[in-house]
Amino acid sequence: MKVKIVLNGKTREDEINSDQLLIDYVRSHGCYSVKRGCETSNCGLCTVFLDGKPILSCSLLTARADGHRVETLEGLQKEAEEFGAFVADQGAEQCGFCNPGMIMNAIALFRENPDPSEEEIKEYLAGNLCRCSGYEGQLRAIKQFLEYRRRGGESCE
Amino acid sequence: MRVVSQPVRKKDAMALVTGKPVFMDDLAPKDCLIVKVLRSPHANANILSVKTDVALKVPGIEVIYTWEDVPQERFTMAGQTYPEPSPQDRLILDRHVRYVGDPVAIVAGENEACVDRALRLIKVEYEVLPAILDFHQAMDNPILVHPEDNWVVLCPVGADNQRNLCASDESHNGDVDAVLKDCDVVVEGTYHTKANQQAMMETFRTACYMDAYGRLNIFSSTQIVFHVRRILAKALGIPKSKIRVMKPRIGGGFGAKQTVVAEVFPAFVTWKTGKPSKMIFTREESQVASSPRHEMEVTVKVGAMKDGRIRAMDVYTLSNTGAYGEHGPTTVGLSGHKSIPLYGSLEAHRFAYDVVYTNVMSAGAYRGYGATQGIFAVESAVNELADRLGMDPVELREKNMVREGQVMPAYYGEQTNSCALDRCLERAASMIGWKDKHPCRDMGNGKVRSVGIAMAMQGSGIAAVDVGSATIKLNEDGSYTLLIAAADMGTGCDTILAQMAAECMECSVEDIAVLGADTDSSPYDSGSYASSTTYVTGKAVERACAQLKERILEVAGEMLETSAEKLVFAGDRVETLDQSASVSLAEVGFKSMVGNNHALQVTESNSSPLSPPPFMAGAVEIELDKETGHVEILDYAAVVDCGTVVNPNLARVQTEGGLAQGIGMTLYEDIQYDDKGRLRNNSFMQYKVPTRLDTGRMRVEFESSYEESGPFGAKSIGEIVINTPAPALAHAIFNATGLWFKELPITSEKIAMGILERSKNAEKTPF
Repeated sequence: MKVKIVLNGKTREDEINSDQLLIDYVRSHGCYSVKRGCETSNCGLCTVFLDGKPILSCSLLTARADGHRVETLEGLQKEAEEFGAFVADQGAEQCGFCNPGMIMNAIALFRENPDPSEEEIKEYLAGNLCRCSGYEGQLRAIKQFLEYRRRGGESCE
Repeated sequence: MRVVSQPVRKKDAMALVTGKPVFMDDLAPKDCLIVKVLRSPHANANILSVKTDVALKVPGIEVIYTWEDVPQERFTMAGQTYPEPSPQDRLILDRHVRYVGDPVAIVAGENEACVDRALRLIKVEYEVLPAILDFHQAMDNPILVHPEDNWVVLCPVGADNQRNLCASDESHNGDVDAVLKDCDVVVEGTYHTKANQQAMMETFRTACYMDAYGRLNIFSSTQIVFHVRRILAKALGIPKSKIRVMKPRIGGGFGAKQTVVAEVFPAFVTWKTGKPSKMIFTREESQVASSPRHEMEVTVKVGAMKDGRIRAMDVYTLSNTGAYGEHGPTTVGLSGHKSIPLYGSLEAHRFAYDVVYTNVMSAGAYRGYGATQGIFAVESAVNELADRLGMDPVELREKNMVREGQVMPAYYGEQTNSCALDRCLERAASMIGWKDKHPCRDMGNGKVRSVGIAMAMQGSGIAAVDVGSATIKLNEDGSYTLLIAAADMGTGCDTILAQMAAECMECSVEDIAVLGADTDSSPYDSGSYASSTTYVTGKAVERACAQLKERILEVAGEMLETSAEKLVFAGDRVETLDQSASVSLAEVGFKSMVGNNHALQVTESNSSPLSPPPFMAGAVEIELDKETGHVEILDYAAVVDCGTVVNPNLARVQTEGGLAQGIGMTLYEDIQYDDKGRLRNNSFMQYKVPTRLDTGRMRVEFESSYEESGPFGAKSIGEIVINTPAPALAHAIFNATGLWFKELPITSEKIAMGILERSKNAEKTPF
């Protein structure tokens, strides 16, 4: 079947198999940041934006994205770098395999709730599993990033 | 120090946080055959026939292999130095399948859909055999997991396939029975831990292709490139010289990828067909057919006097290696050798074990490697002893713990040349507020707050076995390239080793490019496991740098027309002692490429006769809901002595990550088989690794000793950090409920039922 999807700002028309999952569609277009960690919608690694809202691309048929906007970390490089630097400064990226999904969801959180409490951060990102970091370094990074933004983008170091 | 001990950002950090394509499946050739295996639905069966004719007709199917197509010499998939202690008990495909999930056929085809279809069309006739699913029943059972006569063991580990024994041994110091008899109090307990999954976010995966020289190239998510080469050569029956193994970024390992789990199947396909292929395990396959922790039952007897003097410890471990013996003979050793030595006061100890084959998934290496299981048992028993003696558990440990300078008879007679365990314990206790909070406070709302504590140790590499190597070369712009075969699996060893090189070469980390790991271009390294990389490979880096500096002085001496002894290396330049003349490092670099006879490239290896233990103490405060059994972790204080902390950020995150895995193992992650030997916890839906709502607040500090034999005084940190949560949490749960839980995981359900049971019994027999 034919689909028309705006992937990272670029309109694409593709002939796809009707059972194709969105994760396989975006990866076939070089969006390798999108990872598969579980197949059961538990890990959050495959998070992408559908019309600006975070969704799990392993649990959505590509056909459902027909006529919609899809964004992956490849299309959000500036935001990824800006926030990711804080993760890097904690050493909390570790193996990095879960990072894109977590950073996508963190970006969604920052857009939705620019001043989240610790509890709100944890709840929003609860669906993003990480086996390396124990989550504490990610939390420190998020808090420092929010602090940096509150100061108008100046480093809080 | 300038670079070592600094919180340097990981060299690959920005690529990882921006999602760059650096993992195996991002980089694999795009025209790979997709490889999958058909897995046995039976726990123990002989294959009578495999019909593949219909499956082969599926469009896009390239090839299907069965047991008749593979070499018949047995090998082990354990990534260990040759000769492997693990028995040679595997074939790529075996006619005898020994657990639910054991491979029956390999299918390769153009895409996933056709391979999946072909898998469904293969018809297998089995002779189903009775299976051993309870590891207590395994030893000397008439059902044999490995009845075959080409089963071989290369090391004297006490293995006997006619008894379902993968390993067996006993060691002791002094007369433990006599000392125990003479003790005022003897506490005995049996502690059961499950076959937990490492559950790294990137499942097992390998891509293979043939190169221009007709060699088989293996591109795999592995911790052990050189062992993979050796194991594949044996499994495929081809020369090692025909194989090259490389690793890209690895999406987590934790020991899982110290076993050759995925590699043999695509390697066989590519070698046979000449076509590129790849195999990517599903999460379900990673859960049911991989290399998890060894299930163990550890029985501890600890004897002490009324004054709190611990005099004797007797430990027996029964370990379940499952259907195959990967890491079976070695993991079990750590359950005693890295738990008993925590107590320096012992007059006698005994440690005995049996490792048995059963018809469940084989075990492998998982962070902690047996020490985790043993420390849960020993530290729980010591906490129970404190309760029996009416003594504060911190005080009891202060009286008995191992101290710097002591010889540890249960740790191969090694001496603790660096040990700050006493400071770790004191600090952890004070961080958690032990004096005020021990044992518990009833919050008056059905909830109890309580604390628990435990100590831990591990090793730093395998003494006199592990080899770490480093090659460092000067480039023409004055920068360096560091080649290693240690595997950065997210731990940051590329950066940590670059920090050491930068410290030695008086430059910045940015001036050191790191390349690894590749069996063709990297110097030999056993690989990243056994907490070896910082300690073992780090020393090799230090040595290689020292040698390279001398070489640089030689070349600079020729340039300045003086002798090397009259020169001094000053980082970005070489100058004469009187500073009257100098050449820049870039000039030396250029010179090395014009009319030069001294290679500005050095390789050094290191193997240590010692394995200095890192030490730590962990203290936890929980809030336990007596109604539901729910345990909330309020605070976890961890204090680690890993020697010199090479990178405080990375060491802290290692600790937090290890604690989280330990918390998962203790409270949530269950392994349950049904009566047919099928694993119930075969997805992240049923196997609950902790989320960020489950781990609580963690605080990490370091109390460093200085290890003379390590690079810049460093020991290890990767594994030890998983060892304290189980005993510390079990202790806190006891302090909240009065119940000792000796089987993991300690789920809310078990706690609630335990409380209920006790109150029922109390009603029946009022005291």
